[in-house]
Amino acid sequence: MGVSSVSSVVDTLRLTAEEAAGLVERKEVTGAELHRAYLDAAAERDPELHCYLRLVDEPNGDGVPVALKDVISTHGIETTAGSKILAGYVPQFDSTVAARCKAAGLPIIGKTNTDEFAMGSSTENSAYGPTRNPWDPERVPGGSGGGSAAAVSAGLAPWALGSDTGGSIKQPSALCGNVGLRPTYGTVSRYGIVAFASSLDQVGPVAKNVRDCALLYSLIAGRDERDSTTVELPEPVRLPEGEDLSGLRIGVPKELNEAEGIEPGVTTAVQNAIELARSLGAEVGECELPRSVEYGLACYYLIAPAEASSNLARYDGVRYGLRVDGESYREMVERTRDVGFGDEPKRRIMLGTYALSAGYFDAFYGQAQKVRTVIAREHAAAFERFDVLVSPTSPTVAFKLGEKAANPLAMYLSDLLTIPSCMAGLPGLNVPCGLSEGLPVGLQLIGPQFSENTLFRTGHALEQAIGFDPVPERLR
Amino acid sequence: MAITREEVLHVAKLARLELSGDEVERLTLELGAILEAVGKVAELDLDDVPPTSHPLELVNAWREDEPYDSLGLDAVFANAPQREDDLFRVPPTT
Repeated sequence: MGVSSVSSVVDTLRLTAEEAAGLVERKEVTGAELHRAYLDAAAERDPELHCYLRLVDEPNGDGVPVALKDVISTHGIETTAGSKILAGYVPQFDSTVAARCKAAGLPIIGKTNTDEFAMGSSTENSAYGPTRNPWDPERVPGGSGGGSAAAVSAGLAPWALGSDTGGSIKQPSALCGNVGLRPTYGTVSRYGIVAFASSLDQVGPVAKNVRDCALLYSLIAGRDERDSTTVELPEPVRLPEGEDLSGLRIGVPKELNEAEGIEPGVTTAVQNAIELARSLGAEVGECELPRSVEYGLACYYLIAPAEASSNLARYDGVRYGLRVDGESYREMVERTRDVGFGDEPKRRIMLGTYALSAGYFDAFYGQAQKVRTVIAREHAAAFERFDVLVSPTSPTVAFKLGEKAANPLAMYLSDLLTIPSCMAGLPGLNVPCGLSEGLPVGLQLIGPQFSENTLFRTGHALEQAIGFDPVPERLR
Repeated sequence: MAITREEVLHVAKLARLELSGDEVERLTLELGAILEAVGKVAELDLDDVPPTSHPLELVNAWREDEPYDSLGLDAVFANAPQREDDLFRVPPTT
């Protein structure tokens, strides 16, 4: 089949991964042709959007290509985590998730842009330049996984993997109008993932719809002997099919839905989705997470930087990555870290080191760990009455590049609504629920640990009822 | 909560970061604002609440103690800034 006829079959903007797999299975296209179609789309649109840090020209499998966030180690393919300190670093082994994608026949099509070390909410902190939102290139795609989310929305990858510490999968998916899952902590291996905050980091899928998201999750999830924090899934992943929500109890946490800074257009779209859920048979009731939302952000910005300051100690110019020469070992290490790290990692290393230092440990890190217990307990209490909690994923639609870049605290507020459930190790799914000012609004579905199947069922039914068109208007 | 310039320099030393003068000025302001925001956790009285260090209640993760291949030396040194024989070379430590 020639190139022109392939492009008529493969509309990368619309094709779901499940449909793409069907085309290959029925031999309507080959895996190589499919791969080529996405590379062609990237050649056309990525110079403007900058979703990818690098592309892989030759597919290493016959299945549906997958894009991987650049914090995911890939054997023989440069992996930088968006940082200059890892420029030129070529992993000598595959992360478990990359190996599982390959084993499932999914060729890696490229490595996607990310805020440096996944620290950020706009992808503007990448040392390699920002990614732009496919709905409006003047705006950010969210972050840190803005490259993966924008690539899926712009038809440059059928699906992708991201990583989420405090919202880095869910929030970009919300801002780009696609489906992203932050899985239950411990269900996906972190072996070979560039570490940010180890008690929070999770890898998860980004896709055009909930079924694709569930399918990709099923390929990467499960215990890995190389990551002792992983567990077996208590039940297999079920691809969602149903369209009703009868018997489902949906809780609407007041604080997550009425927080200061939530745009009116976001509230309207989320409320419409909640009404739809009711019409599909769900029981809807109000609940409270009083301290989770009020103290969640502060708790996160102590625990995550503390863990980051420890994890990023490994970048010392000795074994891999950048080295800047010095007269002594210590001078070499200090210069390497000064030159290699950008502003945000430095800020977080400093904050974390301070919070862990003698005299401050109990007041900051120790207290934050107790707040974490409070957050987990509040969520557990809510799940005694409800199966799923809903809220906006992001308080705002995509904001303009540069709008928050000069004010770290304003940027941190982007994750106000995603952070509390992350602290409790809970899974969260973003599902697009409409537009506000022509930009996507994301609905956040949160469930108890290991409730991914419930989230998929809920997300799928709502997706059918909402009928959101995931193709950015300007690309239709 | 303010943080002093001296504290910033001390923390930078602990974190092995050589900061320029401008960076010290900027970080003193930024960290002061961030610490004031995160210091909010001190408002809660949590004397009776146990800390959470990990979201799952895992105790031990066992596996069979069986040998398997690890990376070969060439792979281990493939990204080394400076290799000398089978060692990473660094500047003098004193």
